Amino acid sequence: MAAGTLTETSCYHCGTEITNKKYIYDDKAFCCAGCQSVYQVLSVNNLCDYYRYNDTPGQTKSNQPQQFAYLDEERITADLIDYKDETLTVITFYIPGIHCSSCIWLLEHLHKLNAGVVHSRIDFLKKQVSVTFKHHEISLRQLVVLLASIGYEPLISLQDVVKEKQGSVNRQLIQKIAVAGLCMGNVMLFSFPEYFGLSEFEQQYRSLFGWLNLAFAFPATFYCSREFFTSAWSGLKNKLVNLDAPLALIIAVLFCRTVFEITTQTGAGFSDTLTGLIFLLLMGRWVKQRTYYQLSFERDYRSYFPVAVTVLKNKEEKCVAISELSIGDRVFIRNNEILPADGILMQGEGFFDFSFVTGESEPVKKVLGEIVYAGGRQVGEAVELEIIKPVSQSYLTSLWNNETFINKKSILTFNDSIAKYFSLITFIIAISAAAFWVYSSDIAKAWASFTAVLIVACPCVLSLSTPFTLSAVLSIFDKNRFYLKNTDAVEQLAQTDTIVFDKTGTITAPDALNISFTGTLSYEDKVMVASLARNSAHPLSREIIKWLMTDNLRHVYNFKEVVGKGLSGYVNNRFILMGSASFVPSAKSFNKNTSSVHLEVDGDYKGYFTVHHQWRDGLGSLFKSLSGWGLHLLSGDNEADKGNLAMFFPKNIFFRQSPQAKLNYIKDLQLQNHKVMMCGDGLNDAGALKQSDFGIAITDNINNFSPACDAVLQGESLKLLPKFISLAREAMKTIKISFAIASAYNLVGVYFAVQGTLSPLTAAVLMPLSTVTILSFTTLSTKYFARKNQLTLKK
Amino acid sequence: MSIIYFLIGCSIVIALVFLAAFFWAMRNGQNDDMQTPAMRILFDDDKPES
Repeated sequence: MAAGTLTETSCYHCGTEITNKKYIYDDKAFCCAGCQSVYQVLSVNNLCDYYRYNDTPGQTKSNQPQQFAYLDEERITADLIDYKDETLTVITFYIPGIHCSSCIWLLEHLHKLNAGVVHSRIDFLKKQVSVTFKHHEISLRQLVVLLASIGYEPLISLQDVVKEKQGSVNRQLIQKIAVAGLCMGNVMLFSFPEYFGLSEFEQQYRSLFGWLNLAFAFPATFYCSREFFTSAWSGLKNKLVNLDAPLALIIAVLFCRTVFEITTQTGAGFSDTLTGLIFLLLMGRWVKQRTYYQLSFERDYRSYFPVAVTVLKNKEEKCVAISELSIGDRVFIRNNEILPADGILMQGEGFFDFSFVTGESEPVKKVLGEIVYAGGRQVGEAVELEIIKPVSQSYLTSLWNNETFINKKSILTFNDSIAKYFSLITFIIAISAAAFWVYSSDIAKAWASFTAVLIVACPCVLSLSTPFTLSAVLSIFDKNRFYLKNTDAVEQLAQTDTIVFDKTGTITAPDALNISFTGTLSYEDKVMVASLARNSAHPLSREIIKWLMTDNLRHVYNFKEVVGKGLSGYVNNRFILMGSASFVPSAKSFNKNTSSVHLEVDGDYKGYFTVHHQWRDGLGSLFKSLSGWGLHLLSGDNEADKGNLAMFFPKNIFFRQSPQAKLNYIKDLQLQNHKVMMCGDGLNDAGALKQSDFGIAITDNINNFSPACDAVLQGESLKLLPKFISLAREAMKTIKISFAIASAYNLVGVYFAVQGTLSPLTAAVLMPLSTVTILSFTTLSTKYFARKNQLTLKK
Repeated sequence: MSIIYFLIGCSIVIALVFLAAFFWAMRNGQNDDMQTPAMRILFDDDKPES
């Protein structure tokens, strides 16, 4: 292909600015061969409407060719398939690339690309596509290759994201809410005559309405509120009084008193309060359940590792699921593939990128006979290794199966800690009221006052204000690209007092690199370097081209790329050599530690490019505003950046930390009674994230793999961290104030209740009134605090 | 006034029918995906192949 010119057009397919060579097809410009090939596939099949719904809907295709050979092995794919019969197969893929309406349109027209596809349907929020296909006409592997060829490569991992059935719990809760709502509405209707008073003539209906109310109280008590009873019971079995215990007690008391009053015709009962209470409580539960379909907080190494690897047996390549790998197997790892178990390098030159595992930024060179730990990504030629440990006992995975993680952190929430005292005080008041009336020999009033106190002292407001406040906080965080696992996590966030940071990928941006050149470069030199680097797909070459900003590129003769080392070639009849110090002969005298790219033209040493990690935006002000906190830095990388960081971490700064060392460090801090927040990104932080009281996984693309944690934070929002913490603390304050307000309402109710004169009407009015007050208070104050912290309320 | 017995009966039956309809829709998965159908409806029909 002829060398193009540099212009500032953007790719027709993906919208990326074209900096390299331009590809032209059909009068349209593309940034790379990948984008062009997608366009070709679509235009041949008359699917160019794809570009009509959105401008540049595509995504830059990754250059890494993926191996899908394992999809032909039925034993491996059996777990992935939803349904299979003689002709049809149904499978659900998770495709991170789904992002706009064009994606929906194209993926639901798969049948036009291949007649073997019967039907495909997208769930946009979950980024899933469910495909029904005739497996005699198109194999699973061909289907995945087809998806990859149009730029929608599915993410297939062992811990399949698709298989988690999140919907069923939610569905049951919504059904319960529907039943509770129906009961509440009807009971309200039948209670109105009682509220307004019945005339003589209408007295005959009184018992009818009573019985109808009782009938609706049954499903509400026994179906809708079953969970409160089971949860309270399991709490009591463990000698714990949780918030569900007083709630269950109140529901039981309300129900018993209603049954008693209606069967004995002594009153109207409390069906209205009972059904209304259950409805509101269930609403609170529903608000609390907030799921992010695109995120998973429970991922472990299994979703990072490949599903299968190529094993060489009797000189034949065979795909084997990684769980079936055994000691002594010879595995074949191609460029960009991940080694799933510890092994010894047997053939080829290994350059393993452990950045995600150890935090080390440079690929590590391995020679024959050396042990390579699991989790490394091979960069360069294909290599052969002999497995020395099964997957489950390898370096990383054994850390994961560490017993310390199995013990779940038990968190006592504010609600649960207060439930005990609340129940105790209520009981004391109820019993003393009853005792007073027994003493005055008024048994009827004793019974009435005892039950009435229990009814009005309902902590239902507490069980509503907490989920409503916390879910409001969650949605504010969400808009600022901070995603919490659940509402309880807000409380944990509010309690932390110490922050531990990881370096690589956490406080440095993983993709943005800062380049500087030491030496002098003329314009002509720049053109030559850019012309040479243009031929390489290595990320450093691309960064260097961007940094050089030249146009007018020349043709390169005799271009050679030695993977992991450097490039060489002739431009304008001058021989250029660029790469690592061991590759460029005249650079011998320079130190080989730093990641630099040396440049030699016709045997003359010109200088070197130095690559620095770029710090994330607003890091200085972030550390300044966190100066009151205990700040610690644990890096798996070398000490190159110590000088820059010592300013912010005067004491606690450690380099070359192994994953186990990080975990132990956090444990030590916790033993000193610190509540530790850990910010990390890679697998090397996974242990520390899990051990910490609040683990934040920092990522630049929320669809990418992130280790198990309590929250996922987008890198660009890291600077907002102090504001997130202060909002969480203020939310806890809001909950405590709302508890005080609720107690005031309860005192009014108790005033009537101890006298034994609580009418059903008072109870029925008091409860919604206090609920409305509390909910408007929490909503308004959360909004106020979010404004105060300058957090955005809009997407 | 005994018509009221009939009316109450009717209202409860209708309420139960709606509840059953809601349950059916729920189990049928109609509420699982609230986003995609809203986007899907904006697509044009496919042009007839010529």
